Amino acid sequence: MNAEAQGGQALSGQALSGRAESVASLLRVRDLRVVIGGRHILHGVDLDVRAHGVTALLGRNGAGKTTTVRGILGLVPRTGSVLFDGTETVRLATHALVRRGIGYAPEDRGVFAGLSVAENLRLAERPGAGEPAYALVHELFPELRQRARQPAGTLSGGQQQMVAISRTLLNGNRLIIADEPTKGLAPKVVTEVAQVLERAAEAVPVLLVEQNLAMVRRLAEHCVVLADGRTAHHGPAAELLTDAEATRRLLGVGRHQGAAGPDATGPDATDRAPTGGPSADRTAVDAPPAARPHTDREH
Amino acid sequence: MSTVVLLTLTGLGLGALYFLVASGLSLIFGLMDVLNFAHGALLSVGAYGTWWAASGHLPGAGADGPGFVLAVAFGTAAGTLAAVLLELAVIRPLYERPREQVLATVGVGLALPALLSAIWGADARPFPGPAALTGTFGLLGAQVPVNRLVLIAAALAVLAVLKLFLGRTRHGLVVRAGVEDRAMVTALGIDVRKAFTLVFAIGGAAAALGGALGGLYFGSVDPGQGTSLLIFAFVVVVMGGMGSVGGAALASVAVGLVQQFANYYTTAGLGDLAVVVLLAALLLVRPSGLTGRLA
Amino acid sequence: MTTATPEQTEVGAPPAAPAADRLRRLTRWWPAAPLLVLLTAPWSSLPLPGLLDGPLGSPGSLQLIALCLLFGALATGYDLLLGRTGLLSFGHALYFATGTYATNTVMLQAGLPFLPSALLGLLGGVALAALLGSVSLRMSGIGFSMVTLAFAQAGSILVERDPGGFTGGEEGRAAPAEQLPAALVGIEHTANLYWIALAYLVLTLAVVHRVVHSRTGRVWEGIRENERRVEVLGLRPYGFKLVAFVLAGTLAALGGIVYLLLTGGATPQTTTSDFTLSLLVMVVLGGSGTRWGPLVGGVLYTWADHRLGDLAGSGAVAGLPAVLRVPLSQPLFLLGTLFVLVVYLLPGGVVRLPGRLRAARERSRRVTERSRRVTR
Repeated sequence: MNAEAQGGQALSGQALSGRAESVASLLRVRDLRVVIGGRHILHGVDLDVRAHGVTALLGRNGAGKTTTVRGILGLVPRTGSVLFDGTETVRLATHALVRRGIGYAPEDRGVFAGLSVAENLRLAERPGAGEPAYALVHELFPELRQRARQPAGTLSGGQQQMVAISRTLLNGNRLIIADEPTKGLAPKVVTEVAQVLERAAEAVPVLLVEQNLAMVRRLAEHCVVLADGRTAHHGPAAELLTDAEATRRLLGVGRHQGAAGPDATGPDATDRAPTGGPSADRTAVDAPPAARPHTDREH
Repeated sequence: MSTVVLLTLTGLGLGALYFLVASGLSLIFGLMDVLNFAHGALLSVGAYGTWWAASGHLPGAGADGPGFVLAVAFGTAAGTLAAVLLELAVIRPLYERPREQVLATVGVGLALPALLSAIWGADARPFPGPAALTGTFGLLGAQVPVNRLVLIAAALAVLAVLKLFLGRTRHGLVVRAGVEDRAMVTALGIDVRKAFTLVFAIGGAAAALGGALGGLYFGSVDPGQGTSLLIFAFVVVVMGGMGSVGGAALASVAVGLVQQFANYYTTAGLGDLAVVVLLAALLLVRPSGLTGRLA
Repeated sequence: MTTATPEQTEVGAPPAAPAADRLRRLTRWWPAAPLLVLLTAPWSSLPLPGLLDGPLGSPGSLQLIALCLLFGALATGYDLLLGRTGLLSFGHALYFATGTYATNTVMLQAGLPFLPSALLGLLGGVALAALLGSVSLRMSGIGFSMVTLAFAQAGSILVERDPGGFTGGEEGRAAPAEQLPAALVGIEHTANLYWIALAYLVLTLAVVHRVVHSRTGRVWEGIRENERRVEVLGLRPYGFKLVAFVLAGTLAALGGIVYLLLTGGATPQTTTSDFTLSLLVMVVLGGSGTRWGPLVGGVLYTWADHRLGDLAGSGAVAGLPAVLRVPLSQPLFLLGTLFVLVVYLLPGGVVRLPGRLRAARERSRRVTERSRRVTR
């Protein structure tokens, strides 16, 4: 895969829509820009979340991943276009967009520490939008049922993440956005979270922000890479992760991790990779290989 | 002994009044980050509404018996309405601009008492009240004014209702969650602005009730009454932890008692001074008093 | 009118077009014209019906104008905190009142003449601002506002309770006329007081202008925009904020001394949180963070506060229906309402109005031109 050779081709709406017939995108973001306190955090992010499977949103620290997610949801002031299921939502308030069927598990888990587990879940119920799927949640996380009356602030990090993910599963959401769900968790819990997301993705498409490449390798079919608040790359996840050079350049992962590449070409990764070939891999023109220094903080 | 009893009940009565103002103030700040400088004016609206109705302007209302209850209800309703209007017309259009919101409440806090004094004059007006509530009763040798008990009972009732509302209803759950993390509440698909209006309505109602019954306590109404109570309500809010109703209840009792006892046993005014100095000290020692969330 | 304009013209003016350059350099001195008018006001007998009660040079009018100028200056000093550094202090009245009360008390109790007393009063204000500022600034955001409010309230309670009979409690205390310089006492010397107020205003404007364009002023601007970024640059915001706080407190204490002369006494109203809130209203009304905004707001507020009441009693208003007459009789109602409207509709205050109107006119002109071109 020669990403550099295609470097002159900017990622544009047209370039994507040309292939849109084959893969319908549930969420279509174009030229998303976010300015906070006079600082440009996002300079124009384009991304598509397919109607099935897991789409991973990758990038180095400070590339703007969390801001992108918050911008999509309207939690920060933003401009651009956010089409959810074909409807423009950039002018909608956060709660109105979410009610159209989005479950969101934020980076810091967003658990209400002073509220009990049951109350945290009850908040995610949407009156008038069908029965909440408590059976599913309790099947996936039987622990939460036992701890229903416990204040969520006293839970372990993993248990809090279970609450956060449960809140996205409670409603018949059409899209789940999970922002670094494995951050700071013990390896055993990471596996558990991965299993739950894998299972959830069978029914609902997931936009996954993730630093843990093993997790991406296991779950994601497609990936979008941000650099400096712009989309720098998008394509099949397996392709990117098998290309040690591109992985290092785009994600800043060191050589020793790049050497793990061969593992990713194992059956698990290859049978997921779509047959898009090199043409599926495009690199934005304005993201030079040597990424500019990042000073932006993610919020 | 009789002095101690009188001071205690008077301090509790004053604390009850502070609680009625501070509980709403605390919820509003906790949920919306808005320090509502117009909250004292809402108390004044309640006081004048009650005074106006009890003075025979509202049919059926009067200074005695059920007529007085109706007058208090009318005053409370007027304050609630004013609070809702304030939120919808002044606060909401400035959403996500907390500093402008605070400034706007400063303007309203200035304009409302001025309007009251434009209509009914700047001087204090004697407050009519039922004979049963204006007398005193004997307790352990002290002659305690009945209105102290009325205030304490009202504050306890408001505390109980607030606790029930926050603990048992979905709207209360949304308010408690919003105090912790407003953005996350919207990200769960809940229109948190509805909770803003609701909290303003509750806070306005409590403050206006405080105004209606404070008229009994002070024996008169004047346009500046609410504003002068506001600073002590701020003290209570900070001491109790912003957004905490239970904390506000404890802090208002403490402030009321300290003020009464210090003013009586030391130089007059030292109690007031002690309370504001306490506020400064508390803020500096424990800045989390401002961020301490709903318990 | 933003403060940056003079600098921009200096730096950005092209070397060509010397005539335009000269004109611009001349127009830079436009504040000299109103200053000249203000300087000559005491000799004028121009009647300004409605605006003023008597002719311009009459003692009553001079007294009101002097108060307007004093509060304009005071608001300008307060804006060092609010508009320039982004600090919302609810305790500015304390430093103003310290200037008034300390000077008056030293004169009354120690029997010192006015000038040494004023110096002590000023020093008292500076010391208090430095002390309480260094403590209050350990908090930020609304916590800072609350601490300053608490300190100022403590001062206000002290003054009203009148410990030891120093402050005169709710009545306040008149300044001892025999200890003041003769040229500053009596209605026939109002012009002298007026000039003192004017001098105080010019001094405040000069100090604020200078310091805002210094390195310190640029750091303040940084703090106002984003305190964290200032820290990233390796600067300690605390020290810079303290400088702003003490400087504003000093200017306020000086204003308190002028107020003592102007009104002939100390009144407890100047210690209250309402007094600080009125400063806040003045600044925001006129335009926070601008060179002339706080001055305009202070003058407007003070004038309205003093004159609207009189106007309401006049025949013109008395003839109006009650719905209009009643609110008009309360300046604070009008000011409060105006303030809310400005917060909403005119962020940036009254001084931004001409610029906004010009921009709107420009827009509409461009639209008409375009439509004309199209029809052609």
